[in-house]
Amino acid sequence: MTTEVLERPSGESAAEAALRIADCDIHPSPKLLEREIYPFLEKRWQRHMERYGARPRQPFLNGPAYPKGQPDAARRDAYPPAGGRPGSDLAFMREQHLDPNNVGFGVLNPLKSGQGLQNLDFADAYCRAINDWQIAFWTREEPRLKASIVIPYEDAAASVREIERCAGEEDYVQVFMLNRTAEPMGQRRYWPIYDAAAAAGLPLAVHAFGFGGAPITGSGWPSYYIEDMTGHAQSSQAVLTSMIFEGVFDRLPGLRMVLIESGFAWLPALCWRLDRVWMRMRDELHRCTRRPSEIVREQVFLTTQPMEEPGRPRQLVECIDWIGWDRLLFATDYPHWDFDQPDRVLPSWVDVEKRRAFFTDNALRVYGRQMP
Amino acid sequence: MSRHVVAPVSEFPPGTRRCVVLEGRRIALFNVGGRYFGLLDRCPHQGGPLSEGVLTGLVEAGAPGDYSFSRPGEILRCPWHGWEFDLATGESRFDPRRHRTRAFRVSAKPAEELRAETVPVRVEEDYVVVET
Amino acid sequence: MTALPPGAIDCDLHPAPPSVSALLPYLEPHWADAAGHRGLHELETIAWPPNAPLSCRPDWRDGAARPGSDPARLIGDAVDGFGTRYAILNCLYGAPMLYSEDMAAGFARALNDWLRAEWLDRDPRLRASILVPSHAPELAAEEIERAAADRRFVQVLLPVMGETPPGRRVNWPIYAAAERLGLPVAFHAGSAYRHPPTPVGWPSYLAEDYAAQATAFQAALTSLIAEGVFQNFPELTVVFAESGVAWLPAHLWRLTKYWRGLRMEIPWVDRSPEEIVRERVRFTIQPFDAPEEPDAVARLLDHLGSDDMLLFATDYPHWQFDGMGALPEGLPETLVQRIAVDNPLRTYPRLGEGEP
Repeated sequence: MTTEVLERPSGESAAEAALRIADCDIHPSPKLLEREIYPFLEKRWQRHMERYGARPRQPFLNGPAYPKGQPDAARRDAYPPAGGRPGSDLAFMREQHLDPNNVGFGVLNPLKSGQGLQNLDFADAYCRAINDWQIAFWTREEPRLKASIVIPYEDAAASVREIERCAGEEDYVQVFMLNRTAEPMGQRRYWPIYDAAAAAGLPLAVHAFGFGGAPITGSGWPSYYIEDMTGHAQSSQAVLTSMIFEGVFDRLPGLRMVLIESGFAWLPALCWRLDRVWMRMRDELHRCTRRPSEIVREQVFLTTQPMEEPGRPRQLVECIDWIGWDRLLFATDYPHWDFDQPDRVLPSWVDVEKRRAFFTDNALRVYGRQMP
Repeated sequence: MSRHVVAPVSEFPPGTRRCVVLEGRRIALFNVGGRYFGLLDRCPHQGGPLSEGVLTGLVEAGAPGDYSFSRPGEILRCPWHGWEFDLATGESRFDPRRHRTRAFRVSAKPAEELRAETVPVRVEEDYVVVET
Repeated sequence: MTALPPGAIDCDLHPAPPSVSALLPYLEPHWADAAGHRGLHELETIAWPPNAPLSCRPDWRDGAARPGSDPARLIGDAVDGFGTRYAILNCLYGAPMLYSEDMAAGFARALNDWLRAEWLDRDPRLRASILVPSHAPELAAEEIERAAADRRFVQVLLPVMGETPPGRRVNWPIYAAAERLGLPVAFHAGSAYRHPPTPVGWPSYLAEDYAAQATAFQAALTSLIAEGVFQNFPELTVVFAESGVAWLPAHLWRLTKYWRGLRMEIPWVDRSPEEIVRERVRFTIQPFDAPEEPDAVARLLDHLGSDDMLLFATDYPHWQFDGMGALPEGLPETLVQRIAVDNPLRTYPRLGEGEP
């Protein structure tokens, strides 16, 4: 048995202090639905919300059946002094996160939207409202922040309409899905979405969580929140496997996919396994014409958080060496509890070039943006 | 060792907490039912501000499902990643030996004892003192 | 080629599931009669279509015969071929996939008796795992008691994807029986298909199903740890067979990280998941899922952080490797000795008893 004290760098280097970083996973919330979302939601859907609630494929009207480790899954210090949910107050977000952590480019990923709702018409209307809200309440006010096009992905036609409606607005930087879909994400019912994202030149972002309805393990529903959280990595592996084997990346060689909030250390082992399985059963995988690891090296990116934490940080760096330093996009997950603090995530001996790629350049390249 | 007078007892009642900067270090102070505790205000994990953490108790189980809850108010959970620390010792619950934050002795002292300190004190009051 | 030391033990081989007619002599009268008059089809799982490339290495195929169906071939190819002292047979028969608890139990009993008569009696080097109706834990425990009387049964066999997450308390009678009898519990790649085999629904391809086995093992490991199985059964050893190995370090980094912050949810887990796994869980080495670069293998072993966890296996007749390359290249000799001999002997106390 060998373990070591977690050796974390104690302070930030001068180079890092000067580095303006990209944060590719920030979660905004509306202060009040009535004030911020309803202006963008048709009257009948406002009434629907009041009478029937959101109703995703899960038991409770409000909140998950795996109660979080802390309220709103948030950092306890992220409640705005002026009131409201964590992530609902732009001024406080600037003060607590964007300014002190030197975030020059931040991607908003709204989690409470129409995604995964059982009623597809409501899902569509609610997604549209959330998209309009991001522009009106966030990106217009803060040029460092960019928006995601949230789509009612279980309805591909409605999703395509929404991508086409939003794609002309340059504050949207990606098409946004949750990873627990009703069927594995590579399946053809979702293909029109990927066609539309590729046509719009937008990366396809796939964030952990979701309400697909299938048990989150192949043996059924586990008991604990820690299993739910650990399980996001398994869901992301299944999503990536499906996208590769179904040939989505072969159909759309220009499509770029960003996997968000599932960590990344699982990727090398998955690629090794997929390469072997692909070699063995290529004749079954007729839509997948390239080696899976090659597809990943060309078309797949991952946000970093929640970063895995081996007892020896060197091992995580070796893992990134396997993945490639051009694949990872730094993310904090602000204001959530498993937030990663930028000056504490890489050992101090990682060189400046790699840090720059990891914290900034990879994101700007994927999203095709400059620091504002 | 040096002693720092941080407040009159009357201004630091049970159930409250505060942060002080002593010798350049932020220290989180807690009054739990009349007992005082002090921890370095920085989680050894990623630097989360412990002063903003929730005070809870010690949850243990001798066997699966056999929950017990003791020492209410004496365990601090980091506001970020939920690491639990013993207020009295600064030791983390999951690995007390290797993962800990510094704990400071905090106590109430009568003013007479503090005459030698540089902080002006009133004789009729007791004061909360942190030892660093 | 990494050579095997003398006395190597092969911890995962697969005799072909018997046909219904082959099993008839071993079925109790009621089930034998039902098999006939109900026209029971062969219980062959969709996970292992006999002609799929993964199901059998080309040079181990025997015409149209089901891969692994001829004891002489298995013994010649695998036991003589690799010179192993013992070979542990894991027959991936479909009994646990039957929804009826009684029928599953009846067919599991017959399978175990068939294994004893048709395989174990053929060669003193053969050992086997006890197949059980995994979704009926009380019946499973009864069958473990019954079958374990023959000491050539050295462990209990469960599919990694059953009806409930494996750590759930409903499954504990199985672990209690195994612990009492000194038998490890092996979870083998495979599903009873009670639920979609991926956490995001039913996949399209066999290749995807097989790839998903590794993620199923990750979830199973989380469940066993989170539910406190290792605390409640302090003498129980768990074996992950055909799980893949390379995923383990990253999974433990993640699980341990979350445990540090969410320990209060599962307070009986009073040690780090990494420590628990290194002490209590063993992994068969095929497939290993590492790249064929000695440097990467060496790093991966460093990330695993223990020499005690790996068990030699050929996974015969599944096509995981070619020739004699059952061990990854570049393993140090001392580690090979542990993987091939020492670790299996420690994992399976009954192997140390010699010939029964």
